[in-house]
Amino acid sequence: MGGPRGLEVRDVVVRYGQRRGRTGTTAVDGVSLDVAAGEVLALLGPSGCGKSSLLRAVAGLEPVAGGAVTFDGSDLDGVPVHRRGFGLLFQDGQLFPHRDVAGNVGYGLADRPRAERTERVTELLSLVGLDGFGARPVAELSGGEKQRVALARSLAPRPRLLLLDEPLSALDRGLRERLAVEIRAVLHATGTTAVFVTHDHDEAFTVADRVAVMSAGRLLQVAPPEELWRAPASRTVAEFLGYQAFVPAPDGLLAVGPAGLRVEPGAAIDDGGEQRWPAVVVATTFRRGRSEVTVDVDLGAGEQRLVALADGSVPAVDDKVAVVLDRRGCAVVPA
Amino acid sequence: MPLVFLAVFFAWPVVALVVQGFFADDGAGGRALDLSGFAEVLGQPRTWRVVGQTLAQASVGTVLSVLLGLPGAYLLYRCRFPGRTLARGLVTVPFVLPTVVVGVAFRNLFTPSGPLGWLGWEESFAGVVVALVFFNYAVVVRTVGGLWERLDPRAEQAARALGATPWRAFRTVTLPALGPAIASAASVVFLFCSTAFGVVLVLGGMRYGTIETEIWIRTTQFLDLRAAAVLSVLQLVVVVAALLVSARLRTRRERALHLTSERSGAHLLDLRTARDAVPAAVTVAVVVGLVVFPLAGLVARSFRGPDGGWSFANYAALGTTGGRNALSVTVWEATANSLRIAATATLIAVVVGGLVVLVVSRRPRAPGLRRAVAGLDAVFMLPLGVSAVTVGFGFLITLDRPLGFDVDLRTSGLLVPIAQAVVAIPLVVRTMLPVLRAIDPRLREAAAVLGASPGRVLASVDLSLAARSLGLAVGFAFAVSLGEFGATSFLARPDAATLPVVIFRLIGQPGAENYGMALAASVVLAVLTATVMMVAERMRGDVGGEF
Repeated sequence: MGGPRGLEVRDVVVRYGQRRGRTGTTAVDGVSLDVAAGEVLALLGPSGCGKSSLLRAVAGLEPVAGGAVTFDGSDLDGVPVHRRGFGLLFQDGQLFPHRDVAGNVGYGLADRPRAERTERVTELLSLVGLDGFGARPVAELSGGEKQRVALARSLAPRPRLLLLDEPLSALDRGLRERLAVEIRAVLHATGTTAVFVTHDHDEAFTVADRVAVMSAGRLLQVAPPEELWRAPASRTVAEFLGYQAFVPAPDGLLAVGPAGLRVEPGAAIDDGGEQRWPAVVVATTFRRGRSEVTVDVDLGAGEQRLVALADGSVPAVDDKVAVVLDRRGCAVVPA
Repeated sequence: MPLVFLAVFFAWPVVALVVQGFFADDGAGGRALDLSGFAEVLGQPRTWRVVGQTLAQASVGTVLSVLLGLPGAYLLYRCRFPGRTLARGLVTVPFVLPTVVVGVAFRNLFTPSGPLGWLGWEESFAGVVVALVFFNYAVVVRTVGGLWERLDPRAEQAARALGATPWRAFRTVTLPALGPAIASAASVVFLFCSTAFGVVLVLGGMRYGTIETEIWIRTTQFLDLRAAAVLSVLQLVVVVAALLVSARLRTRRERALHLTSERSGAHLLDLRTARDAVPAAVTVAVVVGLVVFPLAGLVARSFRGPDGGWSFANYAALGTTGGRNALSVTVWEATANSLRIAATATLIAVVVGGLVVLVVSRRPRAPGLRRAVAGLDAVFMLPLGVSAVTVGFGFLITLDRPLGFDVDLRTSGLLVPIAQAVVAIPLVVRTMLPVLRAIDPRLREAAAVLGASPGRVLASVDLSLAARSLGLAVGFAFAVSLGEFGATSFLARPDAATLPVVIFRLIGQPGAENYGMALAASVVLAVLTATVMMVAERMRGDVGGEF
């Protein structure tokens, strides 16, 4: 055997509401997954797809109805939560309200000598950018500070694996984007193996080395962010990532991404080669420094309302325009 | 373990009592089903008079408590004014005062020589009802006020904006929203009124009584255990009916609470408007007339010597056994007994109640276990409803040979504390359960993931967070057992009498000296109880709880 093998999930099934004669709902339906030591994997999917249930099963908080979870080659079946040596970061932090910041961060270090504990708490508060916050009561912290403390608390005992359950969902957008970058930096700086559950693909792409897409209890695709974006394994994955339309293509379906359509100035003038579609402008908005034009257009699968980018002049509502595909914003998926 | 405790010290005595009512000794040492006891007791007009008086007194007491309590709830929970916290505390005082003290305080008002003697309410229905309202006013104010405080004021504002007068907005929007809380408070008050014992015994005298006092009289005066058992069964029927209604209304109330916003809708008190001035006037009248006046009267009277002048004679007499040796112990010895017994009872109640709370606050995964937990919760609420008199009487007839063991618990010093603990356990559970239930289960999970063993999770999460409510529960249990009279009056031996028992014995004896001692002893008991409750309330802080 080489180095540490990390987390292995084999055909795991998680069920809820089981009782005599009824199988209940299946939240996770036979998922297999590997996370290498030191890797950060994002578990991405819409709410209710079973990603949090899978995470809780790995942590030992939900019983596994089928399959196996192993870490470094040893089966975790029957190992109670507190003996797994994992960390778990909840969406709302779940800080202990009756302890101050240092008391929270040091909670998992109860068996270490006091001096070592104090040193480790200081080190982690510094790592998450909260130097000198140790004596503050947690009730006085802002939402972002609370999550940083929760992150420091879960990292303090040097968990073999850190599980993050939508840790940024309760925060506002700007903070979320900033903290996602910080979490990635902290995880890499500490070399922590981690599974990061989220429903936001931007967040997943920011934090993770690889992204696993889940839907309805099943795993659809596992790939690094660029590859996932460039080559979604199926139409469902592409739709979840934000691809807005699908055009029949010789080698399958051409998935049109959020930046896959462009409005061409002037009506449908054919300049040879490039395919153009006539479209009617419904609305225009200015977002993130560029103009987005909502158009009604028929790309071959019936009329749809899609978003196209306008580079030059912005057309007016009800204008008849032409749209072209931008291949850099499109991907091919199996039909 | 808690279940065994409840089975031995609650279920068994109650069942034995029912059996005593339904079966008669058949002369051959065995027992036969015999309903003649029922026929006999139910055939007496006296029984029906007592049942009628019980129901009438509970109904009138409930209606008056609600009518007077609503303005109080509005004023104390919907308006802001300086001294509101003090006023809320003042309103709560009666609820925690021992029944015997309240009885003595009102008796002092209504005696022919007392300030209200001209009303002729001594040993009357009106006198008892007034004292019951005194007790239960706080229940209505706190139950209804608690909901009212969190009621979103914008619904009423919307009605006003649509052209409704303040009165119509209150009647059509606010009152229906408060409905479940009012109904729930009313049913609890009805329960308390129909099981009232100490107050009725002290104020009603021999002329006026309820099922509870009748049980006591039949047992201790006429030694007619069978009639007493039949009456206990009757009382159980009344109480179970009231409890069922109360439980139904409580679930409705909890459902209604989810709809309300957390933001406080309290506004600054404005006495120039009728909608604030009228409730304020009513509440001031109630608090002064019903709460301050009787208590002030009690205190003032306790400092009057036999010759009518101011003196400490009554307090000095607390070191004696009363005129013509009315007592077997001095009042100070009884006080020491009370404190010792209350400490033991509190220990038992908190240990048993604490275990119950730990079990009941869990939400097991398996549906079967979850139902079992819900059942356990309900079972431990039963002693709250079953009257203390029934508990005391049940102990009396069963615990001479508990479970066939040849230990007579009645002569061991433990019986009274155990009976008081049975009475106090529901309060302990109701105080701590909401706090433990409010703990997010993920907080325990967070601790477990950080490597805490189940024991450490319990200590560092559950116990730490519930510590203050534990303090409150200890205070409640202590105050309840200090003032407990119903069960204790059956069980306490004369040489180990508690303070309430001694007070009752003193007012039953002739002589101004004994009466003065009863007043002074009542003040001592009230001060003790109030001190315990004040310390406990201090610990409450912002934690919730049902009472």
